[in-house]
This record gives sequence, C-alpha cells and structure tokens, in this order.
Amino acid sequence: MKADTSALRMPLPAVPDTRFALGRQVATWGLVAAVMIVLPMLFTQGFSLSMLSQMGIAVIFALSYNMLLGQTGMLSFGHAVHFGLGSFVCAHALNRIGAGEFGLPVTLIPLVGGFAGLAFGIVFGYVTTKRSGTPFAMISLGIAEMVAASALMFPGFFGGEGGITTNRVLGDPVMGVSYGPQIEVYYLIAGWCLACMIAMFALTQTPLGRMANAVRDNAERVRFVGYNPTRVRYWMFCLASFFAGIAGGLATINYEIVTAETLGLMASGNVLVMAFVGGVGHFFGPVIGAVLVSFLQSALSTYTKAWLLYFGLFFVMMVLFAPGGIASLFAVHGAPLRHGLFRRLIPGYLLSGVCLLVMVLGFVALVEMLYHVEQGADMGTEFDLFGLHIDVTGAASWLAAGAVFIAGLVLFVLTLPVIRRAWTHVHGELQARDAA
Amino acid sequence: MEFFVVQLLNSLSYGLLLFMLSSGLTLIFSMMGVLNFAHASFYMLGAYFAYQISQHIGFWPALVLAPLLVGVLGAATERWGLRTAHKYGHVAELLFTFGLFYLIEEVVHLIWGRAPVDYRIPAALDFSAFTIFSTSYPAYRVFMMVMSVVMLLSLYLLLTRTRIGLIIQASLSHPHMVEALGHNVPRVFMLVFGGGCALAGLAGVIGGNAFVTEPGMAAAVGTIVFVVVVFGGMGSLAGAFIASLFFGAVQTFSVALDHSLAGLLESLGVALDTSSGWYDVLSLSIAQMAPVLPYLLMVLMLVFRPMGLLGTRET
Amino acid sequence: MSVALELHDVRKSFGRTQIINGVNLTVGKSERHAIIGPNGAGKSTLFNLISGRFPLSSGSIVLDGQDITNSAPNDINRRGLARSFQITNIFAKMSVFENVRCALLWSSGHRYSFWHRMGFLSGVNERAQEIVERIGLARRRDRLAGVLSYAEQRALEIGITIAGGAEVILLDEPTAGMSHSETADAVELIRTVTQGKTLVMVEHDMGVIFGLADRISVLVYGKVLATGTPAQIRANPAVREAYLGAVAE
Repeated sequence: MKADTSALRMPLPAVPDTRFALGRQVATWGLVAAVMIVLPMLFTQGFSLSMLSQMGIAVIFALSYNMLLGQTGMLSFGHAVHFGLGSFVCAHALNRIGAGEFGLPVTLIPLVGGFAGLAFGIVFGYVTTKRSGTPFAMISLGIAEMVAASALMFPGFFGGEGGITTNRVLGDPVMGVSYGPQIEVYYLIAGWCLACMIAMFALTQTPLGRMANAVRDNAERVRFVGYNPTRVRYWMFCLASFFAGIAGGLATINYEIVTAETLGLMASGNVLVMAFVGGVGHFFGPVIGAVLVSFLQSALSTYTKAWLLYFGLFFVMMVLFAPGGIASLFAVHGAPLRHGLFRRLIPGYLLSGVCLLVMVLGFVALVEMLYHVEQGADMGTEFDLFGLHIDVTGAASWLAAGAVFIAGLVLFVLTLPVIRRAWTHVHGELQARDAA
Repeated sequence: MEFFVVQLLNSLSYGLLLFMLSSGLTLIFSMMGVLNFAHASFYMLGAYFAYQISQHIGFWPALVLAPLLVGVLGAATERWGLRTAHKYGHVAELLFTFGLFYLIEEVVHLIWGRAPVDYRIPAALDFSAFTIFSTSYPAYRVFMMVMSVVMLLSLYLLLTRTRIGLIIQASLSHPHMVEALGHNVPRVFMLVFGGGCALAGLAGVIGGNAFVTEPGMAAAVGTIVFVVVVFGGMGSLAGAFIASLFFGAVQTFSVALDHSLAGLLESLGVALDTSSGWYDVLSLSIAQMAPVLPYLLMVLMLVFRPMGLLGTRET
Repeated sequence: MSVALELHDVRKSFGRTQIINGVNLTVGKSERHAIIGPNGAGKSTLFNLISGRFPLSSGSIVLDGQDITNSAPNDINRRGLARSFQITNIFAKMSVFENVRCALLWSSGHRYSFWHRMGFLSGVNERAQEIVERIGLARRRDRLAGVLSYAEQRALEIGITIAGGAEVILLDEPTAGMSHSETADAVELIRTVTQGKTLVMVEHDMGVIFGLADRISVLVYGKVLATGTPAQIRANPAVREAYLGAVAE
C-alpha cells in the first residue's frame, strides 16, 4: 500500500523533460562516442586499457542497475545475479562455438548474455516484483544468496571454485578483427557501451520509462490511473536484467574467465555503490559512479592495503551528507553558475577544502600507521608517506598524525558556516531573481 | 539416537545464540523500520572486544565490558549516523548500515588482521559437562545455553515489567501513537539500537570462542539473522524466537544429512539415468542444499506471507 | 435516465467493526451526486470500495452495466471510473505536465510501451497541455508538483483524475482546506471539467454541495439515510436530526 513506496523515497530530482531537442541529443552522444574513441589513444599503457575496458562494462551494469533503483524505486541487492548468469552462459556459448557446435560471431556474444539475463530476469522478476519496498530488497537478497550458494552445488555449470575459462579468439579474423589484442576488445566494449547507453536513455523517454518514475514516486496513485504497478516493476526488472546480461557477456569476453564471485552479494553491493555514489536521480549519475569507482578500485588498491576502508568511509559519508550522489552535487551548482553567483561560493569551498585535505592527510597517516603496526613483520615499521618519513615505533609520528587529523577536523567544522552563509546568500539572490 | 540428541543440543545452543542476535534486530527493525545490515558486525565486534579484554584482564570482565562497549558504539551509531540518514528515508538508512557493514569489517582487518584470532574458551569452563551415550558434551555449550536463557528472561522482564519496556512494546506495534503520546521517540530509538547492539555483542562474546573469531564471521551469520527476523515476522519477539530455534535446527541438522532425492527414488526402486543432467540435481544431498534452504524459505515467506510467521503487520 | 453506477447492499467491516452497513445507491448518467454525512459515517471508505482500493465484505458494485465488485483498481479505472483523494495524492517529484501525461497514458492506448517516444506522442502531449490549461496550471507546467501551493495541488489532483477521460468521476472532498475564493474557483473548475460526465463527490462544504449537486445522499453510520434533490434533503426531518440543524443554516 502507500507506506510501501513512501518508505523507500529519497530526494530524487525530476527527470528532465522529454522535449530534449534532437540536435542536442545527437551532439551529446557524438561527444560520448568521440571521448570513447580518443581515450585509448591518450592512455596507451596496457594497464589503462584494461581499466578503460572495465569501466565500459561497469557503465552498462551501473546504468542497468539504476533502471531499478533510480527510475523505479526498487532497491535490489541481487542485480549481479543477472550479470553473472549472463557471463556464465556466454562462457559456455564461447566454448561451444570454439568446439564447433554452432556459429556466432564474437561481436554478438554480449547479446547472448543479454538474453540469458533476460530469461533469468523473467523468472526471478516474477517472484521479486510482486513486492515493493523493503520486502523487495529482502527477496532480491534472498535470491542472490540462493544463486550464489547454488553456484557451488552445480559445478558442471559454474565450474566450482575455479570458475569457467574460455577463449575469445575464435577462428579466422573477421575484417581483420580477431579480438586477440586488448584494444580490439576495448572498442567492442565501447561500441556496446554506447549502444546500451543510448538504448537505456531512450527507454527513460518512453511510456514505460515514465510510468516507472510514477511508480517510484507514488505506486498507489498509479493504480488509479489505469496502470498495474507490479507490471511496470516487472517490465523494468526484465529490461534491467537484459542490459546487466549484456554487461556480463562483455565481461566474459574481456576476462576470458567467469567465477562464482561475479554473481555474489559483493558484486551486487558493488554496483549499488557505483550507482549511488554517482547519483541515482540523474541519468548520467551512474556513469560517473561507474567510472570513478572502477578507477578507485584499480588505482587505490595499488597504493594502499587500506583502500577498502577509505572507500567504505567515502561511501558512508556520501550516504550521510550527499545522498543524491556526485551528480546532484553538480546539479545544485547549475543555478548559481547560470546566474553568475558561483564565485560567491568559492572562498568558503577553498577554505573548507584545505581544512578537509589536512584532516584527510592526518587520517590517512593514522590508518597507514595502524596497518604497519598490525602487519608489522610483512611491511616493516618505517615507511614514506606524502614525502615524509614515518616510524610507527616512535610516539612522535603518532602524535603528529593525530594532531594533524584533529586540527583538520576542528578547522573543517569551524569553516563550514562560511559555506552555509554563502549558500544562504545565493539562495536569497536566486529567489529574488526568480520573483522578478 | 546418540547423533540425534547431540545434534539437538547443538542446534538448541546455536538457536539460542541466533535469538540473542535476532531479538535485538527484531526490536530495531520493528520500531525503526530499518533492517540493520551491520547488526552482525556488532556481534563480531563483541567477539573481538572480548578477545582483547580477556587478553589483559580475563574472560569474566570481558563478559560484562565487551557488550557494554558494543552497546555504547551502537547508540553512538544511531545518534550520529542513522539519525542523519533517517532524514533521507529508508533507502538511505539501509545503505548506511550496508556501508557500515563493510566499514566495520575493514576496521577489524586494520586492527586485528585477516586471520582468525586466538580467542579461547576460558579454562574454568573447558571441561566436559556430562556424557550422552559415548559423547562427552562440553560445559561451555551448557554455559552458552544458560547465558542465553538468562538473557532471554531478563529481556522478557525488562519488556513487561518496566516503564521503558512498555513504551518499547507499544512502539513495536504503533510507533506513531507513542510519539503522539509525547514520548521522546528518538531517545527510545537510540536506547533500543544500543541495547540491540549490546545483545549482539554479548552473543559475540559467548559465540566467538565457541566457534571462530575472524573477520568473516559477521558475513557468515549476518544473512541468517536477517532470514530469522523476516521469517519470524515484523514486531514479534516470539516469532523471532521460534524462527531462531527453527533455523538453528535446520542449519545444524541439514549439514549432517547425506540423503538425496536420487537416493530416495532408488530405494523406492526407480531406475535413474546417471548420465542425464537431471541426475546432478536429484543426487544433491540435503547437506549440499543446506546453504540454500534458509534463503529459499525466506523468499517463499516474503512472497506468500509477507508479515512473517507471527508478525503483526507487513514488513 | 440510464444508470452509470449501482451499489447493491454493499458492506464492509474492518475486524469486528462494521463501517459500511448495506449501502444501496444508484447514480444516473451525467448526474452530479453528492454524498454527505457526519465524520466517521464511512464516506471515504465507500469511495475506497467503489474504486477497488479495499475489497468488499459483501454486496456488489456495477459500473455501466458491468460488475466491478472486487476488481483491481487499475481494471476499474480502465473501465471508465477515476477518483481523486482526500489527502493530495500526486507524483510529487514529477512536473505538473508529467503528472497529467502519466494519468492519460493508459487511455491513449500506449500501455507498457517501450518503443514509443513520449515527445512524439502528439495526441497525448496536446491533450495533456489542454488539461493543464483547463485546471489553470499552464504557468506552472514545468514546476515539480511537490512545490505547488495547496490549492494548486488540489487542482492538479482533479486534473489527474479527469485526464484519462473517465465517464464516472469520484471526487473525495475536493475543496477541503481551501479558502473561500479558492473554493469558488474549485467549484467552477469541477463544474467545467465534469461537464456531461457522471460525478460522485464527498463534500463537507454545504455551499459547494448545493451549488453543484443534482442529487444528494446522506450517509450515517454506514447506511444511506436519505437520497433526494437538494430541496428534498433540506426538508428531510431525519437529515435535520442527524445533522443537528447544520443543514438548515
């Protein structure tokens, strides 16, 4: 009933109006395509290429997740099930093609994943979408755990602990493309990514997409304008599973191995984090989240063992202080920017930003020192951080790091009113101009 | 018979431990409407705190201090975290506790490392309580049961005999009415959240050494506690109690049972084609299916009876 | 006069409490029918039963010759009955225009389509625009519904209700909480948008009722005490008694 949906409501800004001029859309997608083409030319190391491929897959996956959470208001803890199952089906399909059992160009393998995701979406969605709100979240969690547990029960399909390996290079190159080199795989992913992004954006502009928003806002009312909210949720669930399956298929081609981890709770949590951090209220929010989170996961993990801690903390802080995600942080500055009021906010931002940086430095130093103490034997007791030499056995380092952290924290809290005052001023100004 | 009795005792002690976790979670869930993902993390913290304290001043002080410490942490979490997230609705609350779950696991990595710590049963309780047929039953398991029952009774008395207990009971079924009557609901929330976490911490103290104290222990028990709470029903401690014992039994017994559908069919004289793909499915033993069972039961419950076993309203 | 809506011995109880105790009601086509009664008489419950929000305990409801007893709300809406809510029930995070457009999508036959583009559904967009203008919110077209003033939200509530082109309209206290001038505007709005349609409304404001209604039913303790023209109801001693003279001001 009504409590169901209101319980799951978040500050979601409106989807922009439909009459997005066609020209502007073509320009936007053209720009996205150009960026995708140019990126591997700018970042040429093998490391960046595999990271870019990973980002492309994550973008599709996160956008498909947002079809559930951001657009229809369904908080799923099991979206990776469709990604993972699509992945496994693709791995088996590739192996069968390799064995000559049937023929299909590798370029179209993601479609196999898509239909596999869709098929499982039709089955699981039928059960899950009967409920909304917290029960939906719990059912999706239950199904995710069930599928993850069955992965160990059916080693024939899931390959047990080791997973299923496959080979993406099949037969002779088609038009010079064999998908052997990573760059070719990157462009395959980029192509599918662009196509899926356009398709998913177009979906938001259709009757189903619009009614999904209505179901998110007020499922009770939807029933009294002729629509069945359960049906709307079911359709959206199936379509989201389809796109998740495509992403899963691309992952199979990219990594040439699929393990049960890809469909586990961690993977589902991961995509939820991407969408949320990016911002579920905006179409491009999850794109930002997918790119950022993939980057952090690859980059941060090479620098520090504590990266999951930093990342978890970042996520919790986002939930508490910026529940609209990064996209909403951009969005709130739209009006001040347009009215030339942004510069009023800059002093406060700079001031607090510096204090925040000091606090983060102190915090990072403390955490890294703790890690060195805990892993003493493996990591040694001395290390360099931000150009400083730190010895965890000496009290001086601890006192200094602690002092920096606390000073940063105090100063940060003290400078926040500056930002608040600037915003009050900007709001007042904006309202005055709106009235005039 | 021997097997059965020993397993029954084990399932009882495990079920009671589950109830110590699920009772707190049920109270939190029913009153605040938020399923606390991090509840089992407080259980883990209880175990680690107890380990640390018992290293210095022994197990018995730890039995008191660790749950208190966890309770204070829980109350602080409610006051400075959940209350902020609450403003943005249930999704934000759920996500906050979800993030907290990972965060606590990382903090445990940071402080105690990734390997299990050596948290042992105190020497005073490390003996055999009695012998059933030929199996000697450890005294610590008996201690666990006694602790759980004592806790259960005090919780019951607290809820039925004290003023705050009556307010909590009332806000289980009618949270808005309680607020309308002028009680400080946020403070009740904070107390209940802290109290629930303290109970989880206590479960960690007495469970951590009976099983194993490691960073994965929260994840291992967390989803089961979820299942228990959802299965037992919103706002029902009795439901959580029955569900705890039930899933304690399901988990303890099913891992020990080797029977499969194929075995049953074969003993009935049905010839099975062992090469067919279906044989894989039929030959799965109950033990192999054990991890799936709780989730399957939870999903079925949510679909067909969303208020749970003894729940008073829908989740 | 042909019949639009018929209720036969409709009953509803919650637990042991009987809220609706056998209501019989017939509303003719193009009739404007008001339901009045003291608080707790079951007026809103009756609307919830007719529109399918709650299941009936017993009895039957017939809409335009078809039995709609215990049908799903969406089915009842598709058969041509739309309702508004006493507590404003709109899509707060969508624009005024989107609110109206969502409300008329089903009747325009686009259902769960994900292959049509909203911007190109010209019939739909023109009709939505027309309704936005009729409910006087043209200037607010692209505002979020949640930030409108109360009276504007009530107007939008009516807009959503009529958008699908239903033949039978149920309005639940459309002027509740409005000022005098707002009420006058609302009455005018209701009069124009329900032109030629069947209207059933719950209302407390006697001015509104006597200004709009062709016939009135008085609901007391879950039963219809009397049905008749405004003049008949005004003269009815039983009604006077039930209202303790409130009608005879």
